[in-house]
Amino acid sequence: MDAKTKRSTGQSGAVGKPLPHDSAHLHVAGQAAYTDDLPEPRDLLHVAVGMSTHAHARVNSIDLDAVRVAPGVIATLLPSDIPGDNNFGAIVADDPILADGIAEYVGHPLFAVAAVSVDAARKAARRAVIDYTPLHAILDPLEAVSAGSFVLPSEEMRRGDAQAGLKNAPHRLARRVRCGGQDQFYLEGQIAMALPEENGGMLVYSSTQHPDEVQSMVAHASGRDAKDVIVICRRMGGAFGGKESQAALIACIAVLMADKTGRSCKLRLDRDDDMIMTGKRHDFVIDYDVGFDDDGRILAIDFMLASRCGISADLSGPVNDRAMFHCDNAYFLPQLALVSHRCKTNTVSNTAFRGFGGPQGMFGIECAIDDIARHLEMDPLAVRRQNFYGAAPRNVTHYGQEVDDNIAPAIMDQLVSDSDYDARRAAIRNWNQQNAVHKRGIAITPVKFGISFTSTMLNQAGALVHIYKDGSVQLNHGGTEMGQGLYIKVAQVVADELGVDIGQVRITAADTSKVPNASATAASSGSDMNGKAAQNAAAKIKQRLTEFACRHFSVSETEILFAKGQVRIGAQSLPFAKLVQLAWADRVSLSATGYYRTPKIHYDRSTFSGRPFFYFAYGAAVAEVLVDTLTGENRILRVDILHDCGDSLNPAVDLGQIEGGFVQGAGWLTSEELCWNEKGGLTTHAPSTYKIPTCSDLAPEFNVRMLKNATNREDTIYRSKATGEPPLMLALSVFFAIRDAISTEANPAPALDAPATPESILRAIDNLADSAGQPQGIDR
Amino acid sequence: MAVNSPSVPAHPVACDTIRFVLDGEIISICNPDPTRTVLQYLRDDLRRTGTKEGCAEGDCGACTVVLLELDRTGNELRVRAINSCIQFLPTLDGKELLTVESLSSDGKRLHPVQQALVDCHGSQCGFCTPGFVMSLFALYKSEACAAGRKPGRREIDDTLAGNLCRCTGYRPIIAAAQQMSDASRTNVAEGWLAQPSCEHRSSMEKVAQLRNLRRDSGLQCAHAGRRFIAPQSIAELSAALAANPGATLLAGGTDVGLWVTKQYRELGPIIYIGAVSGLDRIVRTSTHLEIGSAATLSDAVPVIIREYPVLDELFRRFASPPIRNAATLGGNIANGSPIGDSMPALMVLGTTLLLNSSDGQREISLDDFYQDYMVNALRPGEFVESVQIPLAKPGALFGSYKVSKRFDQDISCVCAAFYLTQGGDGIATARVAFGGLSATIKRAKATEQALLGKAWNEATVAAGMVAMKRDFTPLTDMRASAAYRMRVAQNLLRRFYLETGPDARFNVYEYGRED
Repeated sequence: MDAKTKRSTGQSGAVGKPLPHDSAHLHVAGQAAYTDDLPEPRDLLHVAVGMSTHAHARVNSIDLDAVRVAPGVIATLLPSDIPGDNNFGAIVADDPILADGIAEYVGHPLFAVAAVSVDAARKAARRAVIDYTPLHAILDPLEAVSAGSFVLPSEEMRRGDAQAGLKNAPHRLARRVRCGGQDQFYLEGQIAMALPEENGGMLVYSSTQHPDEVQSMVAHASGRDAKDVIVICRRMGGAFGGKESQAALIACIAVLMADKTGRSCKLRLDRDDDMIMTGKRHDFVIDYDVGFDDDGRILAIDFMLASRCGISADLSGPVNDRAMFHCDNAYFLPQLALVSHRCKTNTVSNTAFRGFGGPQGMFGIECAIDDIARHLEMDPLAVRRQNFYGAAPRNVTHYGQEVDDNIAPAIMDQLVSDSDYDARRAAIRNWNQQNAVHKRGIAITPVKFGISFTSTMLNQAGALVHIYKDGSVQLNHGGTEMGQGLYIKVAQVVADELGVDIGQVRITAADTSKVPNASATAASSGSDMNGKAAQNAAAKIKQRLTEFACRHFSVSETEILFAKGQVRIGAQSLPFAKLVQLAWADRVSLSATGYYRTPKIHYDRSTFSGRPFFYFAYGAAVAEVLVDTLTGENRILRVDILHDCGDSLNPAVDLGQIEGGFVQGAGWLTSEELCWNEKGGLTTHAPSTYKIPTCSDLAPEFNVRMLKNATNREDTIYRSKATGEPPLMLALSVFFAIRDAISTEANPAPALDAPATPESILRAIDNLADSAGQPQGIDR
Repeated sequence: MAVNSPSVPAHPVACDTIRFVLDGEIISICNPDPTRTVLQYLRDDLRRTGTKEGCAEGDCGACTVVLLELDRTGNELRVRAINSCIQFLPTLDGKELLTVESLSSDGKRLHPVQQALVDCHGSQCGFCTPGFVMSLFALYKSEACAAGRKPGRREIDDTLAGNLCRCTGYRPIIAAAQQMSDASRTNVAEGWLAQPSCEHRSSMEKVAQLRNLRRDSGLQCAHAGRRFIAPQSIAELSAALAANPGATLLAGGTDVGLWVTKQYRELGPIIYIGAVSGLDRIVRTSTHLEIGSAATLSDAVPVIIREYPVLDELFRRFASPPIRNAATLGGNIANGSPIGDSMPALMVLGTTLLLNSSDGQREISLDDFYQDYMVNALRPGEFVESVQIPLAKPGALFGSYKVSKRFDQDISCVCAAFYLTQGGDGIATARVAFGGLSATIKRAKATEQALLGKAWNEATVAAGMVAMKRDFTPLTDMRASAAYRMRVAQNLLRRFYLETGPDARFNVYEYGRED
């Protein structure tokens, strides 16, 4: 990887290098401490949660007598024990910590029990006697739409007159498609440990992407001020969005129990309970009606998006907003009508998951594009090219943001050539004619993903940098480390800013007492925002050191350079530590906070217009698959990816995000299926029944490259681009390759829904057989 | 399940000590809790927290550790990864336990496996990493890495089938596996741990240490009234079972472990069969493969595949290496799950079981063993001593297929097996069995009747597919719908025909794979 592409300011050579994850040597040795690995206080109690077994019911009584007398039990917790707000919903206060009176999903926490061991607590929780009166449960998003059951009002977006556009279009197709939800399946389950401190203080170790929100929710629930709560998270064993809002539920229960007992309390969810109790990616039902011309160019489209939000608003508002923003993917939609329903169902409240609605929005438009191509008997690639954003007026999104950095067509062209797409597609057509049972398929799909929180106020970050007398540096910022490599990236930035070796910078845990009011580490924004904030802090100290050196050595600022652990001051060179020591002796402050707010963005939610995104990240992928048409079993044979990371801060970390995101996305679209029984209980709540990709699922040929000379047009940290979420959506290529494989001349557009499990695939094939010869669309 | 009341034990409560090796030291534990898992022991008792809990059911691999034990000859070490989350502590008796901390005692000088993972960026969140380290370490100590060999993609895939990573997408982990045994990384002077493959003189020390842990008599310990009995001979086993007819028989614990970690059940007396001499025997007689019920799948499978190479894929997909290293073929059969993967194939091959009890031995056909959902023909006090699989017969057509959402370590929605012989009048023997379609693994009698006496051709396949609807009324669950199960079962007969027919087809999972 080309590590040093025209850095203007990098002074230690750390930025742009493929440095290992800061904790890699600890991970492999079992020395990296996760929340459950921290030393346990002697008074520690373990907490277990009692959950509803009904999807919707009045809870008439909760008899905990048998729980209280169970071996090892110290205390129980009911809603009446909560001194503050019984709520952990941050945007809308509609999410009780413990359901009070009405249980709204199977898994809804009803009470908690604290005992001397994990085992004792979990066994005791099973002894509760709960009397329910079942109520009607809405288990399907479409039923919720019919019943008008929503967690938030439906939203609409309009551009032009879509209905007229559809009527006048030479061709028109309408279809309903579905894409499934997805469990985050972080390997480390949800956990928090609460330690009461003197004078009403509470220290919380939480596995969370959002320590500030945990702090705030804990404070509200326990009747404290934020100042009385400290939340610390050194690292998570994966999160993927699942620990953005959900971590607060776990932390609140641990804290409330700690308050009740006056003892330290830890709540670590068992895997099954975690999957049953906490939220996942929203599954969507998408109806579209698209009008297009003979070249496959979209003239008008009408979308209906209905998502399963579960019982509460949680993050469903912004998730569904992002689905609306991304229903264009990389394509210009001249006339559009879109309605987004945020369905209230009696299932777990769905939440953030990498992509945050974006993948679902893109799934809808890519299905439409694929259908257009199959209807016109064109290569779907040609239809994609027809519809890309281009020159004005085809350069404005349906929410009014100008696409001024559009590199999607260029990436696509390069990838088509690099992956030998055209020749392979022809070879596959030929191969399929000679193979009746096995079919191969290929697809290329683009990604354009908007970077920034769509809620403008969240686009701010803070950092805290200390330099000690020996010249060593301690770094803190509001971002959390969930494996994505944020901490090493930000440390690289600080090392470069100060011109010191990366080893001189100690990375410290996210801690609400060091950096307050931090946004969630989410929306791919971690390194963009925290990198800038930390750079700002380091630059402040560097400026003070510079001014001191000017005074002390009687030189001008232009004669001072911080580089490679040395400070050049005029003709002489001083070790960084030496200058620091002199500055301290001269009473110069060696500690600074840093701050950053993303520029240029503005957005009016009432009209869904403005510039919600600072910039877009782009990529494209080609996937080739093989399907057994007797069973629907399938394999990915080859993947080629070209992805845009801007000027990468750390190419090794970014490569990991691309590869990992792609495989996670492929899981979402193939083997990962969430199932509920007729009573609303999740039946896929453990790795035995919920199947994320394994090693053998990785394509034998897997070529991933980063776009070269991809400097971000916007002034991001070292002109890099965010890489957390965008690569996940590259996996749409896998889904459409499967659809390509099972499409036949007789019926080219199989009704395939995601996830494309073997069963879903076989169903689509059988539908083909049943409806052979029937046109799928309404041709005008 | 009926158990003896702990307050009235059939035997006087024994006081006994298990001994095992950890980091070169012999650890003795007097009367360990019979159902304390190795993972709980490591994390809670030793505060040795490098080993993680991801699922507590043996499906994610975050808890993977390695066991060293003597093989049957007592002269060689076996190195095997297992899931510590469902392994009961007393089963460590006589073995050596290695955890991620064992490979790098100071946490600084990394083992070649660990270093390769760092160099290849093989960890992101790092939570699954200790498990991957230990699975890769087991590979490192295997033939696959002997003499600087680099393991191939298939060996790596198979090794890691039980380790889930949610961050990396596996590519960098595969890269690490491919270079960990590179001669430039390994230093044979650094002792047994650092040497690739297992055949080194320095292992003699470990062999000697483990020999010293051998017991004279069976382990019998009790903890809070709960007993753990580990007989050493078949006679002791049948006596123990006669004395404790309601006892839980424990072999690999890959199912029983979940009764404790997931169902929070209190088990009565546990009789562990892993120390019974001769019960792990694997013998090829002139007519049969005889597989003792305590033989692990890892030991039994290669012998079965040698006899029936067509079963290679089925057994590669059967659970994961850490599970197969603990689980037994006998346990899979005796447990009798309707989705057990070994039984359809064994059933159509005409397998019989040798049962034993204090009343003596008897044989039963596997066909007759299952009576209803999780109900089998074992009488009280009776156990499966061995599994008798007939040897391959020339000319017979045989195949077994597993269909699930994921290739590796998934539970079948349908598992099928077909066995045909043909004579002058068409199909002379037709045996068809399925898992996943009914309350037990079952022969498909109507299908078989539709095939018998016919020529093995498209028309016969079609007739068989129609008849199959009379054999089964499958259920819908999270693994598959009833309709899909039936359709796939029918189509698998068709696949069997295509694969055994004039123009044999390849398998979707084999295409384009390099070994």
